[in-house]
Amino acid sequence: MNKPEKVTLFIQCLVDTVFPETGAAMVTVLERLGLKLDCPSNQTCCGQPAFNAGHQREARAAAVKFLDIFEDAEVIVCPSGSCVNMVRNHYLELFADDPKMLVRAQAVSMKIYEFTEFLVDVLGVESVGARFPHKVTYHASCHLNRFLGVDRQPRTLLAHIDDMTLIEMKDADTCCGFGGTFAVKYSEISGAVLEEKVQNIVDSGAEVVTGCDMGCLMNIQGMLSRKNIPIEVKHIAQLLAEK
Amino acid sequence: MSTIAPEKYKENASKGIADPVLQKALGGLQDRLGPATEKLYNSQPEGHDMRPRAHQFRRKAIDNLDVLLSTLADKVRGHGGIVHFAKTAEEAVEICKKIALENDVKTVVKGKSMVTEEVGLNLALEKEGIEVYETDLGEYILQLSGEGPTHIVAPAIHKTRREIAELFTEKLGTPYTEDPPTLTRYARKALREKFLKADMGISGCNLACAETGHIVTVSNEGNIRMSTTLPKIHVAFMGMERIVANLEEQQSILRLMSMGAAAQEIGGYVSYVGGPAQADHSDGPQEFHLIIIDNGRSKILADPEFREMLCCIRCGACLNVCPVYGKIGGQAYGSPYCGPVGAVVTPLLFGINTSADLCAGETLCGACKQACPLEINLPRMLLALRSKLSDGDPDWQVQPKSKGENLLFSGWQRLNNNRKIYDTLLDLMRMLQHLLPAKQGMITRLPWPFSGWTANRNMKKLAPKTFMQQWKETKEKKDS
Ligand code: SF4
Repeated sequence: MNKPEKVTLFIQCLVDTVFPETGAAMVTVLERLGLKLDCPSNQTCCGQPAFNAGHQREARAAAVKFLDIFEDAEVIVCPSGSCVNMVRNHYLELFADDPKMLVRAQAVSMKIYEFTEFLVDVLGVESVGARFPHKVTYHASCHLNRFLGVDRQPRTLLAHIDDMTLIEMKDADTCCGFGGTFAVKYSEISGAVLEEKVQNIVDSGAEVVTGCDMGCLMNIQGMLSRKNIPIEVKHIAQLLAEK
Repeated sequence: MSTIAPEKYKENASKGIADPVLQKALGGLQDRLGPATEKLYNSQPEGHDMRPRAHQFRRKAIDNLDVLLSTLADKVRGHGGIVHFAKTAEEAVEICKKIALENDVKTVVKGKSMVTEEVGLNLALEKEGIEVYETDLGEYILQLSGEGPTHIVAPAIHKTRREIAELFTEKLGTPYTEDPPTLTRYARKALREKFLKADMGISGCNLACAETGHIVTVSNEGNIRMSTTLPKIHVAFMGMERIVANLEEQQSILRLMSMGAAAQEIGGYVSYVGGPAQADHSDGPQEFHLIIIDNGRSKILADPEFREMLCCIRCGACLNVCPVYGKIGGQAYGSPYCGPVGAVVTPLLFGINTSADLCAGETLCGACKQACPLEINLPRMLLALRSKLSDGDPDWQVQPKSKGENLLFSGWQRLNNNRKIYDTLLDLMRMLQHLLPAKQGMITRLPWPFSGWTANRNMKKLAPKTFMQQWKETKEKKDS
């Protein structure tokens, strides 16, 4: 794919409502690369929480709305691996029995990218000229890593940030225990899984933990804060926007 | 002996999480086996094709189950074996009981077999006054202590040396020692007597081969081979899905099963059994019975969404990487089938509503699928089960699980569909969140239905402005 004329932003609902600074950082990075951006302001959630909890009807409604809004885009970029997985993979399952919608879902499925995947695989960028003089550890989110197969891309981008020390934590690709409504409904189990993730982050000795999905990062931040552990949580876009 | 109680998932998970010995055992097991199995997969001469191909072998067998099973039955009969088909757990148990009673069986030795746990065989035989002995060391320990398994392949990993020492002293009357080789010797001696006096041996079947008409059992202790060759009668229990077409496919799957189960290239003892001892055999049973069990499998076979589950060979590889299993342990699942495989199989076999917590109580991280030697898509099937629980499904006798949750999500959908209402609600929540207890911009206690979140973590407050608002404002500035 050549450099697109215009990139349409799909902002994960958590980023929109709780972590807008992550969205702003992504905008900064993409604009520095000379891209023209567009962001449909009537977008909402892609339907993943409903889908994962088994509410397919509601997820389908969200998917229809998503397709209405985004299908004319040239390319769609999103700062969350699990949302991209929802649109790229699960929309196809949701519309498996509806040929007309399936065609629309397939078309969108082909042009949606997770942020780091877009930078590395589509634009061919490895360094965005960022500088971040800190010790950082990377959490490999499950949906991004296993269902999209995106791991090399964020790691490449991180490796090219000036003055940054990347420390590998133990079991970086083990789940943080988030799992959407699971974290609320099975809070004790979720907390136990998260506890181990947080311990591995602490043991790494990093000052900052980063990743490509605010869902997981919000979960990690929640326990770091509860335990008064002064490790900062930053989306990879925020690191890449630092100069 | 395990009872089926998946409805106690949360309660039992709590116990598991609070048990430091279990935590250590599970952590050690996962650290050891998860990476070792992955390494083995990546070093096979067949390359990365091996697992998808094995999946196809299994899938093909499942799609042609009727032909394969009748071929197997014919061949086994040809070798002088007796084949029984059991529709239900009760039928399977009855068949075995009848064989035992007709032959005046007093003592049974068993090789490890999950399907006999599934049908509740031990209890039924014991009720007839028959002594039943598990001969797999882990299973034997659990039988003595009266507990359910913590792991499919390593059922007693939660027991410490000390506990086993005390158990043996109490139940076997052996002198107290915590030395593992000595303890193993005690168990071996106790079991040897049972082997010698047993008049029936019972085993499961890891995988049957239709082409040759034999079943295969795999163990690392040699106990299954002994259970199936010493007593005069051998009864093998087999879930009707445990079959492949030919030897080549069987061999590849058995290798993968050993990698998944114990990070071995192949299990220590792989035994091929096709019937009773032939005239020129120096040992082996005089009678061989194969009981092929349906017990709900036809229903799974008939449902295209779940048919894939019949490909499972119960190796336990998915347990060794699952973050949830790694915290709660096997007993939490309330079924002989625990971990990710249990979360799908238990609802399908024992009822989706009673196992609702098993269906919903995972993170969908996908580690199980990645570790499965047959790449079985467990997360996909968990999602399908969840969908049945929210909508109900008469075919599976599923009642909608929670009207409240359904209402919440249909409300959510209406909100999500209209950005104006969505923004209005966000404004409202932004005002209300100031009433919640908070520390440095982090909410420390959320109200129902989100209270679970703040039981063990904080939550960042909603931002003063959404990204969309910020975007619009910057754009307007640029445009003006
Ligand atoms: S689902 Fe896969 S990994 Fe889990 S027990 Fe079955 S075959 Fe083994």
